[in-house]
Amino acid sequence: MKKIVILGAGTAGTMVANRFSKMLDLNQWQVTLVDEDPIHYYQAGYIFMPFGMQDEKGIVKPKKKYIPSSMNLVQATIKSIEPENNRVSLDNGTTLDYDYLIVATGCDIYPEETPGLAEHEWGKSIHTFYNLEGAKKLQQKLQTWQGGRLVVNVVENPIKCPVAPMEFLMLADYWFTKRGMRDKVELVYATPLPGAFTKPIASKMIGDLLDKKNIKVESEFYVERAEPDAKKIVSYDEREVDYDLLVSIPVNKGADVVGEAGLGDDLNFAYVNKHTFLSDKFDNIFVLGDAANVPTSKAGSVAHYSIDLFGENFERYINGKELVPEFDGHANCFVESGYGKGVLIDFNYEQQPLPGTFPIPGIGPFQLLKNTRINHLGKLSFQWMYWNILMRGLHIPLPANMVMAGKKQVTVN
Amino acid sequence: MTTKVIAGNTVDVNEEGFLTNPNEWNKEIAAELAKEEGIDALTESHWTVIDFCRTSAADSGKAPTLRAITSGSGVSTKDLFKLFPKGPAKKVAKISGLGKPEGCV
Repeated sequence: MKKIVILGAGTAGTMVANRFSKMLDLNQWQVTLVDEDPIHYYQAGYIFMPFGMQDEKGIVKPKKKYIPSSMNLVQATIKSIEPENNRVSLDNGTTLDYDYLIVATGCDIYPEETPGLAEHEWGKSIHTFYNLEGAKKLQQKLQTWQGGRLVVNVVENPIKCPVAPMEFLMLADYWFTKRGMRDKVELVYATPLPGAFTKPIASKMIGDLLDKKNIKVESEFYVERAEPDAKKIVSYDEREVDYDLLVSIPVNKGADVVGEAGLGDDLNFAYVNKHTFLSDKFDNIFVLGDAANVPTSKAGSVAHYSIDLFGENFERYINGKELVPEFDGHANCFVESGYGKGVLIDFNYEQQPLPGTFPIPGIGPFQLLKNTRINHLGKLSFQWMYWNILMRGLHIPLPANMVMAGKKQVTVN
Repeated sequence: MTTKVIAGNTVDVNEEGFLTNPNEWNKEIAAELAKEEGIDALTESHWTVIDFCRTSAADSGKAPTLRAITSGSGVSTKDLFKLFPKGPAKKVAKISGLGKPEGCV
């Protein structure tokens, strides 16, 4: 019997497990998943929680509910990956041997990497919405907050869901307006990037979104430290941004075990072939989802599209055939902009977001790079699709790679 | 896309003056681009960073992040900001003839 070990039973790990259960003869393949957390989180729901637009129940489910019963889900912390020995050690003393290893350990926030952030003001005047606990705490904070200067700061890229900080600010603008206190709130986006929008066509089409909502952008702001008592963040070039409420997107890193096994970069994201997800170092290790160092967004949609193609590729591979370098980095993301509207973007490794219609060329119903009601409804309905289609391993009849049909070329002057 | 003459070389650049083909880059171009960015003379320390970025990008296909520059070149983040004031990631990428650091939109 051949053995596959899947590390991580989140979005990517669960999708790949369901794929394997349909694809492999489980009398010949033993598949084991390992995850330390028994809860599966719908992470795209975190953005709505601080504003009371999402309850906890809808985004928290038991992991085992979504793992095929023919597979073994072990709840334990991964102690080490030993690629040379084809073995994984767990903190409960067990070791798991494998023929193939799938690493889907995702990424997480590390506020302790930035001085001043995760200290005595953490959870008081310094918050995050990048995990469930943080999103809940921020919701409580906002309920009683009297207004002032709210600064959203991305510490360093890459981060999970790169548009989330902007979505947070646009939802905040909407929420404070509804509460009749927008005039008491200053909204600021401090980002290490050269601007909120960096791609020429997106900048041209929707680059004024933040401006219109009176959200100020502090660009190329690379934070060195927070000063929790003085309530300011300071950049490496000594620029200071004062805040009354800091919403931080701390450093995002892959799992330590990935780095310790020598598979990862400085942030523990694993080096892989960006079209096949095969590890650069070991020919029986694949890394899927946020855990991989690939130049596209860290997002569930990328994991979904990539696993569609990975499944076919893996089947070829175990039958002794070559991997086909197919995946193009396809991502699409609904960007909430407040007031019941949203913008949809669709792109890949090579192609920047373009305007047009999605998924049916010329029809839609979704409109790319436009701020519409239907795009917002798309985002809301995605939560149902996530739990009932994607995590059940059911097929969505959409091409995995990006298609140019339905997109319009735009010139930027 | 437009072309521009930099230090006597005709090169392809994007709308913000970033070279679009890293192979068209040379050291004279770097010196000229550095001047445009307000750096009058490239010192040995500047070159340590530029050389690292060129090597790293040749390997990975993209300009390295600040964290990667710091750990790979041995130059601290603080010093990077002194060498390439106001946005070293963008400035180094430009002077090194590599693409601008960008997000997804």
